[in-house]
Amino acid sequence: MFFSISLYLALIIFAAGVLYKVFTWFRSSIGIGAAEIPLSRRVLSSLTGILRTLASVKVFTLCKVFILDVVLNRRILREDVLRWFMHMCIYGGFMLLVVMHALGRYTSAVIFDNYLSTINPFFFLRDLFGVLVLVGVALAIYRRFILRIPRLFTNVGDYYALIIVAVILLSGIALEGVKITSHTIYQQMVEDYAGLEDAQELRALEAYWVQQYGVVSPTAKGPFDAETLAQGEELNSMSCVECHSQSQWAFTGYGVARIIRPIAVWLDGLNARGVLWYIHFFACLIGLAYLPFSKMFHIIASPLSLLANAVMERGRSDPAAIATRQMMELDACTHCGTCTVRCSVGAALEEIPNINILPSEKIASIKALASGRKLTRAELKAIQEGVYLCTNCYRCTVVCPVGINLQDLWFTVREALLQRGIPEVSLLSPLSFYRGLMREEVGPRDYQRPLMKARKAIADTDGVKKGQDQVLPLPRREGEFKGRLNLSAQASTFSVCFGCQTCTNACPVVAHYANPQEALGLLPHQIMHACALGLRDLAFGSAMLWDCLTCYQCQEQCPQGVGVTDVLYELKNCVVEHVGEKTVGRGRSG
Amino acid sequence: MKQFALFLGCTIPARLQQYESAARAVLKELGVRTTDIKEFNCCGYPLRNINFEAFILLSARNLALAERTGLDIMALCQCCFGTLQKAHALLKEDESLWKEVNAVLAKEGLHYKGGEGGIEVRHLLQVLYHEVGIKALKRHIARPFAGLRVAAHYGCHALRPSPIVQFDDPVSPTLFDELVGVTGAVSVPWQRRLECCGAPLRGVNDELSTALTVKKLEDGKGAGAHYLCVACPYCQIQFDTVQGEIAAKGGENHRLPSLLYPQLLGLCMGIDKKALGLEANQVPVTGIEGFFAQGRKGRRKSAQKSKGEA
Repeated sequence: MFFSISLYLALIIFAAGVLYKVFTWFRSSIGIGAAEIPLSRRVLSSLTGILRTLASVKVFTLCKVFILDVVLNRRILREDVLRWFMHMCIYGGFMLLVVMHALGRYTSAVIFDNYLSTINPFFFLRDLFGVLVLVGVALAIYRRFILRIPRLFTNVGDYYALIIVAVILLSGIALEGVKITSHTIYQQMVEDYAGLEDAQELRALEAYWVQQYGVVSPTAKGPFDAETLAQGEELNSMSCVECHSQSQWAFTGYGVARIIRPIAVWLDGLNARGVLWYIHFFACLIGLAYLPFSKMFHIIASPLSLLANAVMERGRSDPAAIATRQMMELDACTHCGTCTVRCSVGAALEEIPNINILPSEKIASIKALASGRKLTRAELKAIQEGVYLCTNCYRCTVVCPVGINLQDLWFTVREALLQRGIPEVSLLSPLSFYRGLMREEVGPRDYQRPLMKARKAIADTDGVKKGQDQVLPLPRREGEFKGRLNLSAQASTFSVCFGCQTCTNACPVVAHYANPQEALGLLPHQIMHACALGLRDLAFGSAMLWDCLTCYQCQEQCPQGVGVTDVLYELKNCVVEHVGEKTVGRGRSG
Repeated sequence: MKQFALFLGCTIPARLQQYESAARAVLKELGVRTTDIKEFNCCGYPLRNINFEAFILLSARNLALAERTGLDIMALCQCCFGTLQKAHALLKEDESLWKEVNAVLAKEGLHYKGGEGGIEVRHLLQVLYHEVGIKALKRHIARPFAGLRVAAHYGCHALRPSPIVQFDDPVSPTLFDELVGVTGAVSVPWQRRLECCGAPLRGVNDELSTALTVKKLEDGKGAGAHYLCVACPYCQIQFDTVQGEIAAKGGENHRLPSLLYPQLLGLCMGIDKKALGLEANQVPVTGIEGFFAQGRKGRRKSAQKSKGEA
């Protein structure tokens, strides 16, 4: 009764959780346009997409991906053989345990007509599968805590997953060990199956079980004489062996039994097996009920992600279906960290301490974003910067073991965030090369707005305002600014400029404009001069900084050896820092 | 032949795989051995506008990884090349910077020694010119071109700043022209050959970026070139993809297709077209095969055909 009620309760929570999660795949969205697609159209689009795929030749692709990537974890194997072994152990062992042991009544008992959990091969296999899982868990712990892979972060979800699996396994093995030693259970079995009355026979069988099966009896302690044991063996072969293989076959449980032998009688008296059973049973139920809300949900979402991504493509698939797939992908992420370990810019985290630079950590932020939770301006800015500091090298997408199209996800999130209007100065860097190539995807209005916003944010940093009939304030001299440039490894040469204008004359950008000062603000030689005078705001406000090609013509031709391009680089770094402080600061004050 | 750690960077594997496959095919044929270092990351170039320390760290991490294998780096991308060279030089001359960077690298068990006798950074073109050599290259030419006029685009970040990159003479370089000459093609003199392709401003100021590209295309065409030749993914995307887009949007069609140098060289070496990835180019370049030397009559005919195609 109790067993059934808790089991059904766990199953109900599990089922409700799964339904809720699937519902969020269709309800939530990220990205421009996706929010406007009604729920009904999202559901319909996915259903027709699935049916159409199943009715086409793509079904063979799905089969192939299912076998190679879902069942055999090919994508993990490509990345790392040890990790593949680790995951195969955990997932293979656990699946087999669930099927053979947890659901034994409905599976093993139906398939094998001689099934009993206490006879071989089942008796042995259960322990073998358990050991596989434990080996996998041990490797996972080794990978996460001993190998110290740079930038591989372990979060609460990862701890939970490791702990729940470990508790289920260890409690199961301990339970088995205690049961092997338990005299109470032994006596129960004798009553149920042996049908012995004779005291001598009972003694002989007990002696044999103490000797051979690891039972710890409060009364019968060895050594036993050969005759008793021979009689016990005979009785054992008549009444027991048919249903109970020798305990040694359950090698992990037997190991535990050997260890606890000195205290076995005491444990038996305390009903330790009952306690362990509850721990084991409840750990399983918690694992089941909490599965949809934990990273273990990847058991369901990851295969779907692998299959969906095998047949879907931006530009070809319905955007409504892609919006749904992207939400599903967030649940498919196992936080394994492969993307982060292979990320092209991940190492920059050391200098730009924004955790959102790392792909695996971005996912958590994007989940918060997609859930519709109210995020502060600073949080939004951090996510935006994180998704923008990306060279779009596709490596994360290529290596993701669950096939998430991360590249696509970044693109969607990036554009969605940029449209919110928080200025992103990183836009004014070669990181935008990809965005430039994707211009058509973004649309002309949405494309230009963030760029203008970024430039405006720079112009607004209390620089000298443009406009000819305005009375110009006297620019402030910033001693600190000049000091910083002087100390910079790349910019300290500005001070030897004597204003010959060679740099400006060599500049192809300056040459492009009929009226360069109007288009670019200060020209290169004027910027050098502004630096020498410590006129920070003048230097910062010049559009020339951002329209610089970094072609190094100016620097190459400077007769004084001023690293003009490098000074411009340093100034840009200063502006990025300056504007970054300002944008977040403004958010805080309101 | 010397072995190199092949540095692909971010753009080539994601957007210009034909550069990688063509370069690998050519290098293999020439006997230049390469090693792939999986842990390589971004060279740091796109972060230079944003954060100097981040750029230096990313660059230094690559240098440290290569140093660990004892191999010189060979970059295919000129922006990667220039950036790695910059970091290489800065770390050599600035000891406090070197110390700071190594303190961070040490967190993941890396160390960059650098300095004299350390590893060097080379660009593909330098390797072909200095390591393989013009003479040896000539021996590998199976079918030279004849009558083909090529505008060689040097690329800013390979040439400048010259004291750092040490690629060739920054004012009148000849390295790339000689390499083009090996194929039997004429490397045409053109005024804007040392100027920027416009790619660094793609996505930042598209109007300006495109205008600079157009100027180069016009100049190359005006010099009588049939094709452009480049050795950098950014330049190639600008001259290929963007040129295609300009024409597709109703702008002027400059009909000056761009080839990556290993594609040009590979064709003459008789390397399989598939490996050279000619089909992947956006502005069709297959007409170039009409320029293979094969007696005057045949050549002219096919040259005309290719003009029609472009």
